[in-house]
Amino acid sequence: MIRIENLSRRKILKGLGGVSGLVLGLHVPFRGFPVALAAQTAENEFAPNVYLSIDKSGLVTVFEHRSEMGTGIKTGLPMVLAEELRADWNRIKIVQADADIKYGDQNTDGSRSMRQFYQPFREAGAVARQLLEEAAAHIWKVDPATCHAQDHAVIHQPTGRRLGFGDLVTAAAGLPMPSSDHMELSFEPKSARRYVGKPMPVVDLGNIVRGQAVYGIDIALPGMKHASIERCPVYGGRALSYDAKAALAVPGVERVIELAATPIPSGFNPLGGIAVVASNTWAAQQGRQKLDIKWDYGSNAAYDTAAYRAQLEATAKKPGRVARNQGDVEAALASAGRKIAADYFVPHYAHTPMEPPAAVANITGDRCEVWAPTQNPQAAKPLVAQVLGLDDSQVTLHVTLLGGAFGRKSKPDYVAEAALVSKQVGAPVKVTWTRPDDIKHDYYHTICAQHLEAGLDGDGLTTAWLHRTVFPPIEATFQPDMTYGGAGELQQGFVDMPYDIENVRCENGPAANHVRIGWYRSVFNIPHAFAVCSFADELAVAAGRDPLDYLRELIGKPRHIHLRAMGVDYPNYGASLEQYPIDTGRLLGVLDLVAAKSGWGGKLPPRQGRGIAVHRSFLTYVAVVAQVEVGNDGQVQIHRVDMAADCGVVVNPDRVTAQMEGAAIMAISNALYSNITAKNGQIEQGNFDDYQVARTDITPDTRVYLVDSDAPPAGVGEPGVPPTAPAICNAIFAATGKRIRSLPIDPELLKA
Amino acid sequence: MPSLRINGAAHDVDADPDMPLLWALRDLLGMTGTKFGCGIGACGACTVHLNGQAVRACITRIGDVGDQEITTIEGLSPDGTHPVQRAWTAHNVPQCGYCQPGQIMQAAALLKQTPKPNDQQITDAMSGNICRCGTYQRIRAAIKDAAGLGA
Repeated sequence: MIRIENLSRRKILKGLGGVSGLVLGLHVPFRGFPVALAAQTAENEFAPNVYLSIDKSGLVTVFEHRSEMGTGIKTGLPMVLAEELRADWNRIKIVQADADIKYGDQNTDGSRSMRQFYQPFREAGAVARQLLEEAAAHIWKVDPATCHAQDHAVIHQPTGRRLGFGDLVTAAAGLPMPSSDHMELSFEPKSARRYVGKPMPVVDLGNIVRGQAVYGIDIALPGMKHASIERCPVYGGRALSYDAKAALAVPGVERVIELAATPIPSGFNPLGGIAVVASNTWAAQQGRQKLDIKWDYGSNAAYDTAAYRAQLEATAKKPGRVARNQGDVEAALASAGRKIAADYFVPHYAHTPMEPPAAVANITGDRCEVWAPTQNPQAAKPLVAQVLGLDDSQVTLHVTLLGGAFGRKSKPDYVAEAALVSKQVGAPVKVTWTRPDDIKHDYYHTICAQHLEAGLDGDGLTTAWLHRTVFPPIEATFQPDMTYGGAGELQQGFVDMPYDIENVRCENGPAANHVRIGWYRSVFNIPHAFAVCSFADELAVAAGRDPLDYLRELIGKPRHIHLRAMGVDYPNYGASLEQYPIDTGRLLGVLDLVAAKSGWGGKLPPRQGRGIAVHRSFLTYVAVVAQVEVGNDGQVQIHRVDMAADCGVVVNPDRVTAQMEGAAIMAISNALYSNITAKNGQIEQGNFDDYQVARTDITPDTRVYLVDSDAPPAGVGEPGVPPTAPAICNAIFAATGKRIRSLPIDPELLKA
Repeated sequence: MPSLRINGAAHDVDADPDMPLLWALRDLLGMTGTKFGCGIGACGACTVHLNGQAVRACITRIGDVGDQEITTIEGLSPDGTHPVQRAWTAHNVPQCGYCQPGQIMQAAALLKQTPKPNDQQITDAMSGNICRCGTYQRIRAAIKDAAGLGA
């Protein structure tokens, strides 16, 4: 049961004269946003909260406010609502909501859409259902307790009388306010669920396979111009002068416009540059090639990733800021029977969503209307307002489908570009990034060097663990002089190291950034899980033990790890530790599940091997076994990947499975192929010919096992990535005896 | 002025013959099912058929198309019931979906030429099509299904 405040009576009616219908506010524990503020009910519908309305035909419209970039959230959250409403899925229309704070948080990152909105969407459905039941009781003049919603209608149990949801709209909207200031909500028991926990095709599936799905890059307005922007090849540089004559001579090119450079750190702001505006995209791109621009490359013109790596590695050899400290690591290392040390490295990656950044803006009078494939609508909208000198209320931002995102589209610089160009041109404008634009001007995954040391006693038990991580932090993209990782970064697979070791120290060394650093699917968990899960395998080898057995022993007894009690600044991904503890029992659970399913321990031919890794991220536990074969030429084939995931309540198992499958492929890109390097401040890669990602030839037989859990829902989009690369590298060690400590994997090191 | 035969209809296109077919489709004719991914024929998002053969529209000049029949995702079947589209639906292949029109066009061309492809033939035909979401396993299963090979 849950308590719902009747905001209608107490606040909303006072504040919003003329609102009709029932308006209820929901208690949202994590943020406390006023759901009820929305319900600007139209004449012929029942709209009990911002997430749904029902019209007289019975059509339920669900306003889904999180961005759809391929996770299936646009289907998943409405499933939750439909479940509690007891609605017929075929009579639900799902509308992508515009950017608006009335919906609560819309920043679709951090694998938290279901975590944050499972409960609000349940409540939204349950409130509506109970009001429809009350409306039926009112019409029939019977006890509401005898009226039950079922399959898009309310039934009077004793008599079998039935009224469809559409027939109840007027009565429900006109209901007198409940006499008390709250109502009690009940939810569907697990056994009665029709949708939650069952596979559901995504709502856009039919449109996608027919080529009818509309992404941001597909938006076209009458009279729209197309812009392509040349940006300074070095982060922080600016145009000193430019000659546009040749560009303007290209047929179709209409204007050449300078966009002011943003001083670094540039945050979400556009980088600036020279925009070529044309009647079509191709003409704009052709015109761009004819620009003659003199650049001031600025302060990052010496950035060289090879030299930078050496700096990071040198820093990792020295003591850093202590982020976690238990026992006495130095003494334990000094007295250890055996001491092992290893250095790990992970390079920059680029997101390369298949739809590059693109957005459409149209300024008319004192208003701006924007269409954008953005993960972060409530950041994009104020940014557009800010660059145009408008108030937020003068900007309307429509969220389109996203053709992939992976964190890139959390940053709305490209959306502001469209607004800036539209303002100067006086017409609707679409800005489309080319692939080289995307790869050379990304918010890159950080670049990270790590140093680990461990001590083993005479029985092979690990008694000391020293871990240093050094990387340019994301915060450096937003604030000057940021060189250390924040708590939100160090929590990702570093200070939350889950092994039961007596003496532990985690240190973070400083690193200055020279490119924009940003969130990239699973973020700092990528380097940290790579190092921690690989080093665990190294410890098992050093102890002469089976890696699975040793990993179980390292994790130790099922328990909750209380990092805050150890003095660690641990945000837990913004979630409560009571609801989402670090539970090593669940870590062991997925480990044992994947071991049983994968055939762990079975014999394999020469140069084949299995590797195992387990990691908690975004509050979800994932264990992976990879089975690889390494050719005599050093080329790696991945025959099979088994993944066990415990993400709490599973809403749409087919989509959770799909996210794990996709995470495995992204991790394979990270492990085997992708590598962003810089020289003279400029990114050396520029397209899919030199920035490699996984293609179909590497596809392993991927098998996903989901733990049936009643725990609160946790992350899905990202947690499959972190343990996969170390599982692959551990498998390579099993196959060849060669330890991979630097990504991407260099086949030269693996030749027979 | 080139005239293009697209999905059974003739379209006059007022553009430079050097313009890639991709941009003529997207910007001049409003057919946005064919996607931009790389501009150099390295990702397959823009795959269309030219007389039944899969080509990359981003590196195909409209001046070179002549009277060849162009088929885009919009014209693969009138109602989305091409066997490849049906198999894609049955396997819930797409995640974000952006690359899928190109994947589907590539797969349809493969099956036309090689009705019962083996694993290596699938790899050879599909390796030019990138899916950053990582739907390759389901793509491969759907191709086998569409070919009547089971999955």
